Amino acid sequence: MKALIESIVLPLVDNPEEVVIDETVEQNKVVYHLTVHQDDVGKVIGKNGRIAKAIRTLIYAANTDADKRIYLDIM
Amino acid sequence: MKQITASGQSVEEAVQAALEQLNASRDQVEIEVIDEGKKGLLGVFGSKRSIVKISLVKDPIEEAQRFIEDVTGKMGIDVQVATQVNDRHVTFDLQGDKIALLIGKRGQTLNALQYLVQLFMNKNKKHYYTVMLDAQGYRQRRKETLEVLAARMAEKSVRNKTKVALEPMPAFERKIIHMALQNDDRVTTYSDSIDPHRHIVIEAK
Repeated sequence: MKALIESIVLPLVDNPEEVVIDETVEQNKVVYHLTVHQDDVGKVIGKNGRIAKAIRTLIYAANTDADKRIYLDIM
Repeated sequence: MKQITASGQSVEEAVQAALEQLNASRDQVEIEVIDEGKKGLLGVFGSKRSIVKISLVKDPIEEAQRFIEDVTGKMGIDVQVATQVNDRHVTFDLQGDKIALLIGKRGQTLNALQYLVQLFMNKNKKHYYTVMLDAQGYRQRRKETLEVLAARMAEKSVRNKTKVALEPMPAFERKIIHMALQNDDRVTTYSDSIDPHRHIVIEAK
């Protein structure tokens, strides 16, 4: 899942070396925390959160583990 | 991005030398002339060589195709991508086993990926591309569904003499509904509210 988030986010930002994705596993959810360079925040959120929403839609679709819901936090 | 500088007797020669070095053709590169050079007296005295800078630009369409394959592969869905280019409009048709998973409810997953591919292709690029992602004829099937829906909702609107509001849809799907009902003179259609809640309203005249 982390690899999927990377494959989407890295090509969109100008500073791919500053992309950090943390994974926290809890009982019934997995939270991914995405941090990017200050100038790239807009590039992963988008106008009205449109990009963030598209990224979330894709990772929800890729989640095959029915017991664990996925969350994506940005910054 | 790969780039080199090369020199030659003329600009043309310098470009040729650079292309040979990069093993590329002219439409794959960007050429910047740094020095035009001078012929000089009798081609000997005071002549200056031409210098050009050549950058290898990647084909945005091939890059986008790789992006799609990369993302879908990591989603656990293997797809074959067929690409169709019509001027600035690019259609990627995806084929594969678990394609339904990639389309999602009412195409929302496919639309999300389509949006991201469009962003990817137009990032730092000189040309603007519009991107359409199709999956085993989904767009055509959806179009037919929407046209049937449009006709049925127009009927309902006329029968009850009321407004009928449809669920929110992306712009290209709303367009299908507008087009389907533009020749129906019993109703008018318009879109209300703002994205992502923008939706069609059909109103009886």
